[in-house]
Amino acid sequence: MSDAPEHLVKSFDTELKRLRDMMSQMGGIVESQLANATKAILQRDSDAAGRAVEDDTKVDALERDVEQFVIRLLALRQPMAGDLRQIVAALKMTGDIERIGDYAANVAKRSIVLSQFTPPYSLAGLANMARLVQSQLKSIIDAVANNDTQTAIRVWQSDVEIDDIYTALFRELITYMMEDPRNITPCTHLLFIAKNLERIGDHATNIAETIYYAVSGEVLTDARPKGDNSAYAVIRSHDA
Amino acid sequence: MSATTMGSGAIPGPAKDEKTSLALGRSRHRANVIVKTLCVAATLIGLVFLASILFTLLWRGIGGLSLAVFTTSTLPPGSNGGLLNAIVGSLIQTVLGAAIGTPIGLMVGTYLAEYAQNSTLGNAVRFVSDVLLSAPSILIGLFVYTLLVEPFDGFSGIAGCLALAVIVIPIVVRTTEDMLRLIPNTLREAVIGLGAPKWKMITLVCYRAAREGIATGVLLAIARVAGETAPLLFTSLGNLNWSVDLTKPMASLPVTIYQYAGSAFEDWVQLAWAGALLITFGVLAINIIARVVLRGGK
Amino acid sequence: MSQTTVQPQTESKSFGGVQARGSAILNKARIAISELDFFYGDNRALKGIKLDLPERQVTGMIGPSGCGKSTLLRVLNRMYDLYPGQHATGQAMMDGINIIDPKVDINALRSRIGMVFQKPTPFPMTIYENIAFGVKLHEKLSKSAMDERVEWSLSRAALWGEVKDRLNSSAMGLSGGQQQRLCIARTIAVRPEVILFDEPTSALDPISTLKIEELIDELKVDFTIAIVTHNMQQAARCADQVAFFYLGEMVECAPAAQIFTAPKEKRTQEYVTGRFG
Repeated sequence: MSDAPEHLVKSFDTELKRLRDMMSQMGGIVESQLANATKAILQRDSDAAGRAVEDDTKVDALERDVEQFVIRLLALRQPMAGDLRQIVAALKMTGDIERIGDYAANVAKRSIVLSQFTPPYSLAGLANMARLVQSQLKSIIDAVANNDTQTAIRVWQSDVEIDDIYTALFRELITYMMEDPRNITPCTHLLFIAKNLERIGDHATNIAETIYYAVSGEVLTDARPKGDNSAYAVIRSHDA
Repeated sequence: MSATTMGSGAIPGPAKDEKTSLALGRSRHRANVIVKTLCVAATLIGLVFLASILFTLLWRGIGGLSLAVFTTSTLPPGSNGGLLNAIVGSLIQTVLGAAIGTPIGLMVGTYLAEYAQNSTLGNAVRFVSDVLLSAPSILIGLFVYTLLVEPFDGFSGIAGCLALAVIVIPIVVRTTEDMLRLIPNTLREAVIGLGAPKWKMITLVCYRAAREGIATGVLLAIARVAGETAPLLFTSLGNLNWSVDLTKPMASLPVTIYQYAGSAFEDWVQLAWAGALLITFGVLAINIIARVVLRGGK
Repeated sequence: MSQTTVQPQTESKSFGGVQARGSAILNKARIAISELDFFYGDNRALKGIKLDLPERQVTGMIGPSGCGKSTLLRVLNRMYDLYPGQHATGQAMMDGINIIDPKVDINALRSRIGMVFQKPTPFPMTIYENIAFGVKLHEKLSKSAMDERVEWSLSRAALWGEVKDRLNSSAMGLSGGQQQRLCIARTIAVRPEVILFDEPTSALDPISTLKIEELIDELKVDFTIAIVTHNMQQAARCADQVAFFYLGEMVECAPAAQIFTAPKEKRTQEYVTGRFG
């Protein structure tokens, strides 16, 4: 939008900018939520966990603000074409971002339970996954702010890597549980944490699709590479 | 684009001064009073003249009005004559003049408004018609004299009718053109858009839309020629006897007034006043009808 | 950073059995315009217009003032013939006949391509006569057949109920919206194949406007319609196909949904989003 000339009605530009600012602000909070949640798991930092959970209310409030603002814009400005796509996209993306915030908060909550256990294994795989998801999230939030379709497409394509890591983690965690029933509680939490991270990745791809539509007016087709094969994963005890 | 960027910036120029604006207000008020006084005074002067004419006319004319005025023709002085031949002559010449002039004027006006909007010929015709409109009526009398009286060796009622018709034409041309031009082009396009040929558009829709205006123009033209004297002096001349023969000289009110008013006989002068009163109120009546018709259309 | 082959989805979806507005497939052309130029004297007001008016569908024409959209309508029923110095070149084909061919019988053409104008233009006659006027130009009908036609066209124009008791009173007494519906009735009474609307609601209040829009929606079952409008929402509501004009050119023509959600041309995008300066 930044390359398009200004509207004849200047206040409309101001409002569109405000909408973008709200989106960026929301994205920033969610990024820090995820960073805190990651820190909480990997470094057993319960303060970070607390902050991640607290921030969720801010995100929810912002989501409501964006929704109200979008409805107002639709009613009062009756936007067309690019403006219409941007505004509707904002409405959709705010939902995705809010969900990402929920998942991050959930990860943080589980980290508190998890800190009561001493895992008998390395969290390297999860750390790897968390790093990847964080970088994806950062890219997509930047893409939202800049209407950057290139980045959006890159995020959309590289979600498959997160899925691959998730499938691997899934197998790994089940193996731990089969080795020792005492691992079941921490591993189940870890499994949910991994699933949540994977879902964050999925929402990032949703946002990527929305950005692409908002900017180009065309729809990204459904043929996205998918890598989550955990649904078909079967691990038998005699395999181990 | 940039003109709309004027925001809350300061208004240029020095700040508003209460005293100056009050002083300006007072001087405006004074100017207003002066102009208003002058206008009212001018109106009063005009009204005084008009009222004195009407009053004199009533004062002098009413005394001469009697049934005999409408039942007897003009007679020699002292024999108690009336104005019947003059009234009837005036009616015949006015009605015939209007009847000849109106269709011609109507068609010329239609040509100007509908066919020749900006053509050279149209502009020339319009110019000539406007000149004719303001031409002294005595000239029109002389013109018809050389055309119809001299060659046929005699004054005639028909020559009078034609002279009046020539006066009617430019008036009807002007009002017809003006009234047709008042019709919005969108109405014309709507008719044409249905697949109507142009002549149907003009006769079936435009004339109807301009009906009141054109009728008013015709009435005003009649009012104008009913009081014309000069063109009739050279054409229908006037006739002291009863005659409705269009090939013979024919009496008319204005000409009779002209002849009687200047005479030395008391009763003729009295009759001239009565005739003047009749004409004035006849013209007034037509004017009022024209106004009512026009208002009825609105 | 590999650029993927991203394919836009062609949309032709129905939602719960209801065709979404503007997503309809366009019918075959009733009037096919190509290489059409129009001149006001030496001023070239339309430049190489190419546009199809799909049969029994509504084509909306939008664009800033003076872009040529109204001019195009006036070309299509040869209204410009009224004014010397205006002429058109190119093709506007309808049933194998070029509309702008000087040899075409324009009165017959205008009975096939009717036009409704910006301002309501009732004729100074009764309501009945207003409708009968156009019919009489092209057909000889008995009194009863004419009565029938008047009722039919007034009903189609959603005016019958309001005027059936005063057919013999002057049409000038109707309200603005009624007058405009009368003009529509008068146009369809001639039974044209194509109806051109030149900003038909710009002089009307919002309720009358919506009535006219509903009417247009009903009329497209029988007629091919073109509507020029300054109101983009109106084009979005009424039109199946929308053409955007700018400076005498047809910049973009596409199904309405595409023009208003994802136009291809930058100028269209800037115009429909209100960025034209």
